[in-house]
Amino acid sequence: MGLFKSVFTKIKDGLSKTREAGPTAQLRNILVGKALSAELIRDIEKLLIQADVGIKTAIELRKDIQAGWERSEINTGTEAWEFLKSQLIAYFPDEDREIHFAETGPTVILVAGINGAGKTTSIAKITKSLRDEGKTVLLAACDTFRAAAVEQLEIWSDRLGVEVVKGKQGGDPAAVAFDAADAAVARGVDCLVIDTAGRLHTQEHLMRQLTKIKNVVGKKIPNAPHETILVIDATTGQNGINQAKIFTQASDVSGIFLSKLDGSARGGIVIAIREELNLPVKFIGVGETPDDVQPFDPPSFVEAMFAE
Amino acid sequence: MLGSLSEKFEGAIRKLSGQATISESNVRESMEEVREALLEADVHYEVAEEFCETVLTQALGEEVLQAVSPGQQMIKIVHDELVKLLGGEEALDDEGRPIEVQPIMYVEPGPTIIMMSGLQGSGKTTTCGKLAAYLKKRGKSVMLAACDLQRPAAVTQLEVLANQVNEEAEGAGKVHFFGQPEKCAEYGKAVGVAVEVANQALEAARFNNVDVLLLDTAGRLHVNDELMGELRRVSTAVNPHQIYLVIDAMTGQDAVNSAKAFHSQLELDGVVLTKFDSDTRGGAALTVKKIVGEPIKFIGIGEKLDALEEFHASRIASRILGMGDVVSLVEKAQEQVSEEEALALQEKMEKGKLTMDDFLKQLQTIRKMGSMKSLLGMLPGIGNQLKDLNLDDKQIDRTQAIIQSMTVNERKDVDLLDNSRRRRISKGSGSDAKDVSQLVKGFEMVSKLSQQMSGAGMMSKVKSMAGMGPSALAGMRGKHGHGLAKTKGSTKHKPKFKQKKRKKR
Repeated sequence: MGLFKSVFTKIKDGLSKTREAGPTAQLRNILVGKALSAELIRDIEKLLIQADVGIKTAIELRKDIQAGWERSEINTGTEAWEFLKSQLIAYFPDEDREIHFAETGPTVILVAGINGAGKTTSIAKITKSLRDEGKTVLLAACDTFRAAAVEQLEIWSDRLGVEVVKGKQGGDPAAVAFDAADAAVARGVDCLVIDTAGRLHTQEHLMRQLTKIKNVVGKKIPNAPHETILVIDATTGQNGINQAKIFTQASDVSGIFLSKLDGSARGGIVIAIREELNLPVKFIGVGETPDDVQPFDPPSFVEAMFAE
Repeated sequence: MLGSLSEKFEGAIRKLSGQATISESNVRESMEEVREALLEADVHYEVAEEFCETVLTQALGEEVLQAVSPGQQMIKIVHDELVKLLGGEEALDDEGRPIEVQPIMYVEPGPTIIMMSGLQGSGKTTTCGKLAAYLKKRGKSVMLAACDLQRPAAVTQLEVLANQVNEEAEGAGKVHFFGQPEKCAEYGKAVGVAVEVANQALEAARFNNVDVLLLDTAGRLHVNDELMGELRRVSTAVNPHQIYLVIDAMTGQDAVNSAKAFHSQLELDGVVLTKFDSDTRGGAALTVKKIVGEPIKFIGIGEKLDALEEFHASRIASRILGMGDVVSLVEKAQEQVSEEEALALQEKMEKGKLTMDDFLKQLQTIRKMGSMKSLLGMLPGIGNQLKDLNLDDKQIDRTQAIIQSMTVNERKDVDLLDNSRRRRISKGSGSDAKDVSQLVKGFEMVSKLSQQMSGAGMMSKVKSMAGMGPSALAGMRGKHGHGLAKTKGSTKHKPKFKQKKRKKR
């Protein structure tokens, strides 16, 4: 995609820590080179559930393997494993996973998510990759709620050498977004990345506030935001579906940034989200430095899910 | 919170409770539904399996099938098992009331040292602020120490929170802050510095003679050996009396792995579940006690500093089963209204001297207790009907605005409010004239009603309900609205309360 240097090893490095004995790693072990049995097929379901892909998807996949086994299409553990992999990859068909840039004027990227999902760190990562591509970036610190959130973004902007537009603590975040959009146009930057306060999707007034931020930048810059990125923590359980659903209603989410994939969680929730909402994953976060970001690549994601 | 889990549970069990006799296959079928509900709620796979197995064995073993109301019997078994899973039943005193257990054991001489730990973004720093407010309210002096030198501005965040708690939160305790922002460094470059900061924080805490020292630490992945080692060294250096693991209530199956890892490295004393006010189905809550073996101490239920609750297993179990949680509701009310205030108000009501100012105060009290939805959700049999209801808390704010647009005299005597005054008020508060009239009418009605009901203020009625244990509440579930009908019914006993009061005097 040009935005990132394709460093396949990096994702493996990031994920290497997870290879201890995660559930899906076991899946490979129990399948490859083994004879298939009814019991083994039940274990597949169990391990898929433990990877957070959701009970519905897990049951479906188990039934498919069961049916294939009964029809003698899937005969060995290895075949079942290959089948599983191909099915999971098929959840993410080849499609547009790139950042949509504006044809003229600044490209606006709105970043949202629940508290503690990793928005600010993800923004640092997105900003660095944009900057490394030679684009000029302006940040908007619209988290006027949480203590020291603006300072947190400022520290990143210093480290990355980009400017940041900020407002008063406790002020209206939409006003900050408006000023930032104004500044982005006036300074002629390539990209404006908007940080927003973490909000639980169940807080209706905060979701309305997010809609307002989105609308305000759209008034200033046509078609903005060009991307609305929802940051989801890889450790999130089935609740992630609700998060994605409600954030999409409020702000037309265009892609997911799956953060903290360097832990032992496999991020199977994006498969459940994909199944329910058809949202593409655009990036994965695999560490705490601004370099620890990768474009989402289904085969390597699935491969890593099953990696030992 | 817990909405759809409790919905599914109720669904699965209602099927049983409606039937006069149930068979083994009925029970198995509903337990299969329960199992799926648990898995959808992110309860760990093995915990869910074991739970269903235990319930099934008990249900088939006991005389459930022959019982007069097998459904009720099933509910009791499920409730009891849920309580066990969430942390066990509270000990009861001779009169069957739960004995208060302090979630935090304080040491003498102080400071009691509490260390927070957890993954990135689980909510450690915010929880530190909330805990400080909790302790301040209980008269404890607190020092918040910033041992997160890694996340940009984490030190500043804690300092801002400390100041905020010190200035805004209720209570006598003083809140100190200790931090050395100059020692912050980029990721991976300050590993180990936290040990030094923690040591100095302890010295400062002793010097300032604080009761509790709260150590905030950097978020870290349980698979990062270097950072886990640092946390262990902090722990060895200051030897905390309590180590809490902070877990996001929306965590999926991986909660088990991280909780296990933190526990094996640190020997945790308890867990704080954050973001419990989301629509989490509580999987982590149902899983973590089983895995760690240590109790859930607190739950975080909102963005405000006072949005931290002590965790009570049986109450959460009741909420999951749609039985409501009246005990917590009463406690919330008692926290906001003192005995004297309640009595003073009661007297005013008896004499029919209720003013708009009193009304305003009541509204503000309700607002402080939490959102209408969360409050109503604690009533038995109501929780699940609320899920699609959009309750606008702003309505209360608008009413407040109307009252605040009245003059002092108008608030004392609503009869002054002629049309011209009403127009002024509606203009001043930015509301419709009809809203003002509606408020006045409503107020007059409340005023009249309260005079009639005098002696049996809401507080005493609610208090009388607090005496009921979960088992009594269990009887209130089932038909929707049943619980409410009971509450309404209790007004019939009014004279009794009145008499009691008089006798006392």
